Amino acid sequence: MSALDFEKPIIKLEKELEKLKQNSQNTVIIQKLTLEIDNLKKEIFKNLTRWQRVQLARHPQRPYTLNYIEKITEDFIAIYGDRLFGDDKAIVGGLGTIQGKTVMIIGHQKGRNINERKKRNFGMPNPEGYRKALRLMKLAEKFNKPIVTLIDTPGAFPGIEAEERGQAEAIAKNIQTMCSLKVPVINIVIGEGASGGALGIGVGDRMLMLENTWYSVIAPESCSAILWKGWEYKEQAAESLKLTAQDMLAQKMIDEIIPEPLGGAHRNIDAIALTVKKKIIQYLQELENMDVAERVFKRIKKWSCFDHGFLYPEK
Amino acid sequence: MAWFLRQKKGILTDTKNKKNVPDGLFYKTPKGNIVYIKDIIDNAYVCPEDGYHMRIGSQEYFKILFDMNTYTAIHDTCAAKDLLHFTDKKTYSSRLALAKKKTGLQEAIRTAHGKMNGLDIMIACMDFSFIGGSMGTVVGEKIAKAVDFCLQKQMPLLIISKSGGARMMEGSFSLMQMAKTAAKLLLLSQAKIPYISLMTDPTTGGVTASFAMLGDFNIAEPDALIGFAGPRVIKETIGCELPKGFQKSEFLLEKGFLDFIVDRRYLKTKLTTLLKMLQ
Repeated sequence: MSALDFEKPIIKLEKELEKLKQNSQNTVIIQKLTLEIDNLKKEIFKNLTRWQRVQLARHPQRPYTLNYIEKITEDFIAIYGDRLFGDDKAIVGGLGTIQGKTVMIIGHQKGRNINERKKRNFGMPNPEGYRKALRLMKLAEKFNKPIVTLIDTPGAFPGIEAEERGQAEAIAKNIQTMCSLKVPVINIVIGEGASGGALGIGVGDRMLMLENTWYSVIAPESCSAILWKGWEYKEQAAESLKLTAQDMLAQKMIDEIIPEPLGGAHRNIDAIALTVKKKIIQYLQELENMDVAERVFKRIKKWSCFDHGFLYPEK
Repeated sequence: MAWFLRQKKGILTDTKNKKNVPDGLFYKTPKGNIVYIKDIIDNAYVCPEDGYHMRIGSQEYFKILFDMNTYTAIHDTCAAKDLLHFTDKKTYSSRLALAKKKTGLQEAIRTAHGKMNGLDIMIACMDFSFIGGSMGTVVGEKIAKAVDFCLQKQMPLLIISKSGGARMMEGSFSLMQMAKTAAKLLLLSQAKIPYISLMTDPTTGGVTASFAMLGDFNIAEPDALIGFAGPRVIKETIGCELPKGFQKSEFLLEKGFLDFIVDRRYLKTKLTTLLKMLQ
């Protein structure tokens, strides 16, 4: 199991506990150590830096879209292809049932091992990924099914073919079309939310972020490379960008933070999936009670009224 | 004693009188042609020898497109706030102050309406000289306000893009401008008011991936760099040389992402013809 630097003391103690459990029946010591681990976790996770949150969002064990789909849907039918060029493995989607209710789920998908990562292009979609997402969203709209998108990408792929096939056009069209969808749309950042690559499936009625995720205009490393002219200022860049879920809530850009199990989503996938499921159900209920025209009107208003960040000086 | 104290504060030169173009007598184009600068200026800032389109700003585009260089700028004083207190090697506030001082502009875009060959038109034109024409909250807001104006007056909109993309120093605020502009343009589209997007050298990043690609007509000047990712980023990612002409207007036209390419000398005429056809 790979671990981040700040996770290591916890994992070391956990291993000790494991050994102890195998070799000893001394419940007092076991209890004491369990408590100690819990306190250590709380201590470490209470004061996470922004960069540490970025690291958690990228944790190799972190649950990805397909993990959530598996845990929260009773039935799921994956749908492939954009009907124009091909099937992009960096974006997955399909129809699923959540508590008997049909929902179109679309999300970025990363891989666990080298081969899978290559296949998923590290979660970096090409234009056909965005076009597939759009096709699925229109399909959902046609059959009046709500849409949930799970965001987890280090960015849209910067490649020759991506440019040839209109990466920018695909993202722009998605953003605009998502504003007009007649069905409820919920966006949840489950890992990384990098720039246009995230926004390409990230416009909806409600925007939620998991506790240890980030969303910004650029990844901290790239920001460091451009503004500091070197990769080594990523921690500072993360601080400057104010990119965590907590920052986003403070900036009033998201509706809610979904709490993760102590130690991060990867420490208890069942628990986080259940929380996410509950939130989806809660928000869908709220959104489905709204009139269609009102919901679309409010969505457009929400996205076109980021009325802060500038001033009109008095003349 | 006003020798050392400025009696009037701020920049007094009107943006109209600001000079973007070098003051020398001659200009050397990238192809090596040396041309008398006045010949270029009188030729819509296009080299008469080789057709090279000089990079120009809002002031020049307004002069080229509006009849008698007469227009009414809207929200010209709208200025950015440093919401994140962003600091890299410099503070964002100091970058803004420097950009304002250097360019005499308030932001990376200017919006104005007036007549173009007698037709009413709203033009939003980006200025690359202002922090790389980057899109922050003000660019988003000014486009939003321009769209509101167009909706109210049933006036067609032209956006001239020239930008490196979203402005990093405004973090997620700048990212959300992609959605803000797209949402506003959706309303314009639903009202069936024409929106023409003219992409000029360079148009990349979040600008291309939002309003620049959402025109009823997506057009470009010749030989302009247009793309999502910048060529340097792509080169570093894939680790090999990029094909010749990659991400240029002609390349995009060939791949089917532009409606047409227009020479700046005929821009006004062509836009007028197009808008008249839609009336």
